[in-house]
Amino acid sequence: MTTTATRPADNRRRPFTGNRSTGNRPFNWRRAIAWVLLGVAIAVSILPFYWVLRTALSTNGSLAANSTSLLPADFNLGAFKRVFGLQTAEEAIAEGGSGASINFWQYLWNSLLFSSITTAGAVFFSSMAAYAFARLRWKGRDGVFSLFLGTMLVPPIFTALPNFLLVKNLGLLNSMLGMVLPYLFMTPFAIFFMRQFFLNMSREVEEAAMLDGAKHWRIFFQIVMPNAAAPIATLALLTFMGQWNEYFWPLLVGTTEETRVLTVGLGVFKSQAPQGAPDWSGLMAATLVSATPVLILFAIFGKKIVNSIGFNGTK
Amino acid sequence: MTTLTKQPGPGLAAGGPQKPRKRGKTAAEFRGTGDLKIALFFIAPAMLGFVLFYLVPSIRGIYLSFTEYSILGDPEWIGTRNYERIAKDPLFWNALGVTTQYVIINIALQTALALGIALLMHRVAKSTLVRGALLMPYLMANVIAALLWFWMLDYQIGIVNQLIEWVGLPRVAFFGSEQWAIPTQALINTWRHMGYTALLIFAGLQAIPNSVYEAASIDGSRAVSTFWRITLPLLRPVLVLVLVVTVIGSFQVFDTVAVTTAGGPVNATRVLQFYIYQRAFNEQDFGYGSALAVILFVILALVAFIQMKFLRGNQSDLD
Repeated sequence: MTTTATRPADNRRRPFTGNRSTGNRPFNWRRAIAWVLLGVAIAVSILPFYWVLRTALSTNGSLAANSTSLLPADFNLGAFKRVFGLQTAEEAIAEGGSGASINFWQYLWNSLLFSSITTAGAVFFSSMAAYAFARLRWKGRDGVFSLFLGTMLVPPIFTALPNFLLVKNLGLLNSMLGMVLPYLFMTPFAIFFMRQFFLNMSREVEEAAMLDGAKHWRIFFQIVMPNAAAPIATLALLTFMGQWNEYFWPLLVGTTEETRVLTVGLGVFKSQAPQGAPDWSGLMAATLVSATPVLILFAIFGKKIVNSIGFNGTK
Repeated sequence: MTTLTKQPGPGLAAGGPQKPRKRGKTAAEFRGTGDLKIALFFIAPAMLGFVLFYLVPSIRGIYLSFTEYSILGDPEWIGTRNYERIAKDPLFWNALGVTTQYVIINIALQTALALGIALLMHRVAKSTLVRGALLMPYLMANVIAALLWFWMLDYQIGIVNQLIEWVGLPRVAFFGSEQWAIPTQALINTWRHMGYTALLIFAGLQAIPNSVYEAASIDGSRAVSTFWRITLPLLRPVLVLVLVVTVIGSFQVFDTVAVTTAGGPVNATRVLQFYIYQRAFNEQDFGYGSALAVILFVILALVAFIQMKFLRGNQSDLD
């Protein structure tokens, strides 16, 4: 693992400053260079999103001639109309689309259903299991927990093949139920995440309730879950975004127009490229539409999401 | 987020299996009884999911790898013949080579950049805004990252090639040339993961107590040697965990390949998971596909084991 590539600035600039940086110099070269480098990293991370927007608002005909213009080339909303199936085939072809029917409203709805159902199920049932792993005393508990945790190490494709056969045998191919089933009851990460939280939660209120004779299920629903609202929200957010971005399983199970989710729809849209040049503005409009819900979530819950990275099970 | 093997799921930073802590006694213990009955109620749905979609499929997957099975009809036991065929399959060896090449480029670049970014953040900016901006690519689906770069790296009118030409270099067929296809895939994934990985490493950096740096500074340690002798060794447990998770995830590259190059040009990007997908779902050869999946699983387990063993990931030098 080499790190030299990322550190040359430090080495080069050393002579200009002292080794031990002691506070408030009028102008700190090393700090300035660090800022510039960090700025480059930030620019590389976010500028491509602007380029997607700029392309989506352009027309295909003008893109080639204005391939470097920073503003949309021949500003126009045709690409978005195409993506939502609001153009006739002739119009679409005239603007450089493939003319094949494409309806992102349907995919958007499917993605929303798929992500919401799996998130609700996985978070709820995983929380229940996590409670049993964190709070209840029963024989074999730690063994079962290790087993559950072990599934994190299994590559998804390994179980995807037999799961596909199972869903097929149940006659659930190309149905929403078949798509959500494998995620509905738990994800190993959700169990791990909630268990960590429950382990660190104060027991006092629960024990008081228990001495009053309250049953576990009442304690769980009326005391534990409301107190866990914050981590549950974080977990739901992370799970939802993960599911929204899922590609492989929906690609196997949801292949009809009625069950296709956005990620799969994007792949299909791309492969429908018309003869000659691809429908770049349409493709970028579709990409933007697919990214929008996550961008909205990020705008609202950005802090929560950012702070969950590096979660070490104790916060 | 199906499982965390895919790419580092949020939260693996310092997680891993932990021994349950000893706690005060529960009310049940005071009564001297266990909670088995009520526990069964709480765990039943998750258990159902575990058995149906993890345990049974794992066993069935191993079984299928010893059969000849084309969805229609029943699996037919053929012993180890699938594995023998794989050993002589040039496309498998190609896939293994291509995947390894991808993993090495991706991990080297991604880790180096992420470490650099984390150190920069540690020095100048820790704000949520900066972290949020760096995290943006990671929140996008692989498919989105793939299409975004498919456009930006287009040979004819992609902005990157325009810039390359402007600098005076010849255009690069990022997706179209056998030589560039895999590095390009690695670059796309590096772009998507570097900020996220940087945040994980950054979290590790913050866990190093200031007193350590102060002591080094009093001893007259220079910045570079502080980095090599103090920061890096103390960061090792976090780095190892990040490496294990990202390497495992990288070996399973599929989405970006599937939507951009689909294995081509020729066999240049026919990575392992894409090859498995093709054998199982395009050619309906489920037995062969399952055997390939078993091999992928074994490779991942070995890689994870070797990394943990040689990088001593579970020990910290802080204590």
